[in-house]
Amino acid sequence: MGEILTMAMPKGRIFEEAVVLLRKAGYKLPPEFDDSRKLIIDVPEENLRFILAKPMDVATYVEHGVADVGIAGKDVLLEEERDVYELLDLKISHCYLAVAGLPDTKMNDVAPRVATKYPNVAEAYFREQGEQVEIIKLNGSIELAPLIGLSDRIVDIVSTGRTMRENGLVEYERIVDVTSRLVVNPVSYRIKDVQIDELVTRLHKVVSMGEL
Amino acid sequence: MSRLFMFEKPLGMRDTLPELYEKKYRVRAHLAETFKLWGYQFIETPTLEYYETVGAASAIHDAQLFKLLDKEGHTLVLRPEMTTPIARVAASKLLQEDLPVRLAYSANVFRAQQREGGRPAEFEQIGIECVNENTVSCDGEVIALLISSLKKAGLEKFQVSIGHVGFAQELFVQILGTNGRATALRKFLYEKNYVGYREHVQALNLSSIDKQRLLQLLQLRGGEEVLSSAADIIENGQGKKAINELKELWEVIKDYGYVDHVKFDFSIASHMSYYSGILYEVYAGNVGFPIGNGGRYSLIEKFGKNASAAGFAVRLDMLLEALGGGQLENDTHCIFFSQERRGEAFIAARKMREQGQKVVLQDINGVNSLDAFTKKFAETSFLIGGRSNE
Repeated sequence: MGEILTMAMPKGRIFEEAVVLLRKAGYKLPPEFDDSRKLIIDVPEENLRFILAKPMDVATYVEHGVADVGIAGKDVLLEEERDVYELLDLKISHCYLAVAGLPDTKMNDVAPRVATKYPNVAEAYFREQGEQVEIIKLNGSIELAPLIGLSDRIVDIVSTGRTMRENGLVEYERIVDVTSRLVVNPVSYRIKDVQIDELVTRLHKVVSMGEL
Repeated sequence: MSRLFMFEKPLGMRDTLPELYEKKYRVRAHLAETFKLWGYQFIETPTLEYYETVGAASAIHDAQLFKLLDKEGHTLVLRPEMTTPIARVAASKLLQEDLPVRLAYSANVFRAQQREGGRPAEFEQIGIECVNENTVSCDGEVIALLISSLKKAGLEKFQVSIGHVGFAQELFVQILGTNGRATALRKFLYEKNYVGYREHVQALNLSSIDKQRLLQLLQLRGGEEVLSSAADIIENGQGKKAINELKELWEVIKDYGYVDHVKFDFSIASHMSYYSGILYEVYAGNVGFPIGNGGRYSLIEKFGKNASAAGFAVRLDMLLEALGGGQLENDTHCIFFSQERRGEAFIAARKMREQGQKVVLQDINGVNSLDAFTKKFAETSFLIGGRSNE
């Protein structure tokens, strides 16, 4: 049972909240954890190894089994559709995916264009609405696209909505709420079941306490 | 489309170089030998099948099929797995006498790439099918043979997780009333989305006991004890039948002495929609994907015969990864010869080959860097110069 559990953590915004959650769940993480630039951090006392990845890549590491478990946003899971178990809603990093654009504008009838970091989610969403749109994939600063005439609409993640407001964009539709999830590799889920069940139980306790 | 470089292969296609070929060959031989000792007979089927028949009956997603047209305009597929072709052969040829038939295969199957690398589009599956035999003894035999052959191949740490299609199915119908209402839950299970499953259950208009039963399903994994927990949440009928089958299966595997490699998992849902009863996946700890899977299926009915079968397939590439590296020992001898002593060298080589020794005969004038070439062999000897110096 002494096997090491490898956990893929998303760098950036979600990371800090995830670390708080893990500490609350009783995992003793060293102080240097918070500002280290290392990509791999071993915590032998807890039999844990952390790998620090781009949020968009967490589910990829877990799917391939190089990480047993990971913390990934629901936005990433929807976009990437990786073959992983989505075991627990950690209820951290609340935000949502939304369609936005300049106020009082309509989509171009002939070739409605949508800029986004989430091409799969965006395409699926508009198809469900009965619209065929042209997707333009961008990697960041999506808000720029409607401002300079690259697209009529954007599909992007919204947490406070401040960036959008400051750039004069308005939200048209809310697509789906997003929180971070605990994801697990299907093989690890079976082979390291004892450790993973314990992790889930401890995290679940903390998460449901937060709800009260 | 960009111009192809001469070294490029179609996406997902791989070469097998000598070292890997030898490893594959040995592992395949271990499995095949075990299958034969258990009385399974190897067969081959064509690489191409009709899309309308085998392609449609196969559970592999349409987008993953390689398709092409024949001269008559029929759509053909490169076989995406072996179970469906074998069901076709069995239904049309082998089941005339209504007796059990035990078959084995090792063959390359083809699945079109959908995403990035790391997944081959052509890979070898080796497996067996026990056709027209529907006892639990047969399910047990197939699982025991799977375990036995993996052990023979040298795999030590692996686990077979066994579930049953009928259990979740029946639980959903008992609680939700109709099959249609269960679709959403089945989809969540299949997508491995437990968060979505739980949210959906909580939102249903059900008693808290029934909700608990549905949530309990996700916890049902472990050893023999799981069967009684499972029995607690299901009413009589098909679900109990599933549990009884698994109980009996446990006893069968126990008699084979293999229960250490087996666990139950009621949440296993397969992408192979043709499974109709017991089903399982095999995991090795160091590989991120299942190395094999199997179960009981009624696929043969699609080809017009009323028979069920049990079988499994192991992915040779995954198994090799699970077995890990280990340098193969080089046991080839090289005789360098010169023109003058060619005849002598040939006789020496023939003698060694008769003893089973691998020998390369190399004209010394054909090699530029003798040192580098010598390193490729376990031993070398030289028959060069005017006369024998032995």
